This record gives sequence, C-alpha cells and structure tokens, in this order.
Amino acid sequence: MGHREDCPVSISGLHKRFGSLEVLKGIDLEVRRGEVVVIMGPSGSGKTTLIRCINFLEEPDAGCVRVCGVEIPCGGKTKRPARTRQIREIRTRAAMVFQHFNLFPHMTALGNVIEGPISVRGMPKAEALALGERLLARVGLADKRDQYPSRLSGGQKQRVAIARALAMEPEVVLFDEPTSSLDPELHEEVLQTMRALAGDGMTMIVVTHEVRFAYDVADRVVFMAGGVILEEGPPAEFFGNPRHARVRSFLRLVDGGEVDADTVANGALWAVGSAGFSEGSPV
Amino acid sequence: MIAVDLLTRAFPLLVDALAMTIFLGVTSFLIGSAIGMVVALARLFGGPVLRAVAVTYVSILRGTPLLIQLLLVYFGLPQFGILLRPVPAAIIALSLHAGAYLAENFRAGILAVDKGQWEAAYSLGMPFAKAFRRVAFPQAARVAIPPVGSRFIALIKDTSLASVVTVVELTAVAESIGSSTFRYLEMFAIVAMIYWVINSLLSLGQEVLERRLARAY
Ligand SMILES: Nc1ncnc2c1ncn2[C@@H]1O[C@H](COP(=O)(O)OP(=O)(O)OP(=O)(O)O)[C@@H](O)[C@H]1O
Ligand SMILES: [Mg+2]
Repeated sequence: MGHREDCPVSISGLHKRFGSLEVLKGIDLEVRRGEVVVIMGPSGSGKTTLIRCINFLEEPDAGCVRVCGVEIPCGGKTKRPARTRQIREIRTRAAMVFQHFNLFPHMTALGNVIEGPISVRGMPKAEALALGERLLARVGLADKRDQYPSRLSGGQKQRVAIARALAMEPEVVLFDEPTSSLDPELHEEVLQTMRALAGDGMTMIVVTHEVRFAYDVADRVVFMAGGVILEEGPPAEFFGNPRHARVRSFLRLVDGGEVDADTVANGALWAVGSAGFSEGSPV
Repeated sequence: MIAVDLLTRAFPLLVDALAMTIFLGVTSFLIGSAIGMVVALARLFGGPVLRAVAVTYVSILRGTPLLIQLLLVYFGLPQFGILLRPVPAAIIALSLHAGAYLAENFRAGILAVDKGQWEAAYSLGMPFAKAFRRVAFPQAARVAIPPVGSRFIALIKDTSLASVVTVVELTAVAESIGSSTFRYLEMFAIVAMIYWVINSLLSLGQEVLERRLARAY
C-alpha cells in the first residue's frame, strides 16, 4: 500500500444482523490519522459489533470497511483466498484490545507480545525480543516479562494486551471496554497507558464509559443507540450540550446526576459499567 | 510361590509377548491419534459432508464391539480380496477404534479453548492453521491429556483381543501355555499382573505429565 492517507478507517453503510436481530443499521464513520474516537451508548446498541466489524471478527452484511487503503466490499461473503488475505492484512493494521484481555495463558508476558511479530510478521527472534521488551517497558511492565498471565493482576494483563497489540505496529488500535472487567482501582493504570498512547499520536477507536477519559483524550465522541450513530461531536460539545434527549438521559445515568460542562471541566470522575441501562428490545 | 517354576519356563515367551503387546498398543495409539485429530478437525471445522462423515465414523466405531471390528478386518476384508496378516489387521482395528474415542477427546479439548483465544489469534492476523497450532492446540492439549491418557490405558488392555486373530501377545501366550500345562489360573494371573504393572506405570507417567503442564502456566 504505497500512499499514506488521512483516513486510516473509513466505514460506510455498514449493516450487521444476527438472525432476525438487526444490530447495525447503516453506520458511517471516518477516523482520521491520529484521531481518538470514543464510542458510547447503551448496552446492546451495537458498539462491540461495530468495532469487531472493523477487523472482521464479525462479517458485516452490507456496506464497506476500509482500513489504511485496504478495502473490503461487504455483502459478498465468498471465502476467496484473496479476500481472506485482505482481511488478515487489515487485522495486522487494526490491532484489538479486548474487554477480557484474551492473553495467551501458555505464554509469558513477553511471549504474548512477541507472538505476533514472530509468527505473523516474520520478524527475527532477536529483533522481536528487543521490540517486546521495549513495549513492555512502555506499558510499565518490564519486570514482568517472564510472568505467565495467571500471575498478573487484571490491570497488568490489560497493559500486556496493549503491548501485544502495539507489537504489530498497527495504524489503529481498537479498544472494546478495556477497563470494564477490572476493579475500579485498576482502571487508572490502564487509562494512563492509553492516554500516553494517544499522546504519542496513535489512532484509537475506544468503546468505553469512562467519561473523564473521553473528555480529556477523545477528539470526538460518538453516541450509538439502536444500531445507528445518534450523535457525535467533540467532547466539550457532546458532554456540555448534547442535542438528543436520548444522550442527555444516558449521560445522566452514567453520571447519576445532571451533566454540565462545569462538572466535566472541573474533572468530576465518572466511570461506570453499562450494566444499568440496557436498550429496550432493539428489533 | 506356586507360579515360580512356571514363570521361569514361560519367561522368554512372556518377554516377546509383552513386546508385542506394547508394540500393538503404541502403534495403534499413534495411528489412532492421527486419525482422531483429523476426525476431530473435520467435525469441528469441516463442511457439512466432512462433518457427517466424521460423526458417522465416530458413532459406528463407538457403537459396535471392538471384537466385531477386529473380526471384520481380519476375516471380513478377505472377501474383498484384502488379505491381512494378523498383526496389521489388529493394528488397523485397534487404531480405527481408538481413533473414534480420541477424536472425541481432542474435540472436547479444542472446544474447551475459550473463543476469545481464537479471536486474539485472528486479531493478530494469524491464519487458521497458525492460530490452531500456536494458540488453540497447546491449550486443548492440557484439557485432553487426562482422557487421552485413559484411552491409552484402555488401548493397552484392548490389545488382548488381538489374540483372537492369532497375534502372539500376552493373552495368547497365557492361553497357549495354560492349555499345554493345564495351569490356566497361574498363567492368566501372571499376565493380568503384567497388564496391571504396565498400566500403573502409565498412570504414573500421566500424573507427572499433568503436573508438569499445570506448572507451566
Ligand atoms: N454473536 C452474536 N449472536 C447473536 N446476537 C449477538 C451476537 N453478538 C451480539 N449480539 C446481539 O447484538 C446486540 C448488540 O450487541 P453488542 O455486543 O454489539 O452491544 P454493545 O453495544 O457492545 O453492548 P454492551 O455495552 O453490553 O457491551 C445485542 O442485542 C447482542 O445480544
Ligand atoms: Mg460491548
């Protein structure tokens, strides 16, 4: 892929259904290089499905996804080898950090990080080890390199998972609720790592309900409801003056009180899971 | 002990017979494992035709007696012009039989691997074969080792049926010495003891292996 472009991720007209349940009903989203986009929305609104469609862990039914010039027209679900290769190409450019870490339990922290470089990118072992140690140091876990995941705390696991994603030297990192399976006191170490990553100019798409993180770090907040993007905007605008009643009531539930720009600016820390506010039945 | 004189006389024969029993067991286990892995993968990841073939294979081989399978291979196949000598016939029957059980053990092991592990492997850009080899298989193996170990032990015992098609293994030797000396009780007791010792050692090995694997994480 010769030319660099401004738009690492471009999604248009994306539809996805599970049986009779239409989960994504036409999503258009462009993410520019270096941009941090936070996706919020009630449980079941399709946030996870959307970011899984970007790296084809879910196959979209219609629409198209382009990641760094690799474009895959959807709808035709033929398993042609060329298409499979394109999907793998996209996956190496759009790395993923999962809600439940999904570290490989039979590999050490360092082993997890160097697995992709060695077995997918074909990097020589010595080079991969150096890269792996550098990345573990970057997430503050240089001393845990030889530990198996079972010996790490949740926050440490997630930071190793972030290092593993970075080891692919991706163009964009996709995060699906990276803190929501952690105890509250462990959120901050993961968020700090993500802040640093954003500070280094990484393109990030982050599903999260960490309002403070969104406010500080996001360039844009996208609100999904019922399989569509209901509202999007810069965080100050999104949190300070949401247009839709739907968004206002969601933010009230997230906050547990009235939301206004002052509270946000004063740094009230809201971090909630999405448990309390499910969509109605979205059909 | 009453059996001492008998044992000294039978000893050379028993050593050869033991070697044959172990040879049958190990060979059938290796071939059966290969069959089992192919069948498990076909059943889990194959298209509808492959899946149906795999399901039918497992169902038939687990649903019929091993003795019948052995007799079919040794006495039945010649009707199609396929004449097998006793040892290959026994190995074929034992492998096919063990393969069906091992397929189920492997399948359960692979199914026990968390879906998130596959997704993490795929999200790194691994193709299926690599995701299986590097990520799923090592985790599936841990789960499968206890039942696979038990299957190996069962297979060692199953080799005694090979005596029916004239393979000279432990059971056949016990029977022939027993009939020539009329000391069936001692001979079968001796041979039973040998099976028991082999399988106890195997269980021990299995335990050590399990403990080693448990420590690795
Ligand atoms: N593999 C699947 N099969 C069937 N239905 C699914 C599948 N994955 C998701 N769904 C359904 O699709 C809808 C959207 O799911 P999704 O996980 O994308 O929501 P979400 O916005 O991430 O919610 P949450 O905040 O709870 O994580 C839900 O109703 C869910 O039950
Ligand atoms: Mg989700």
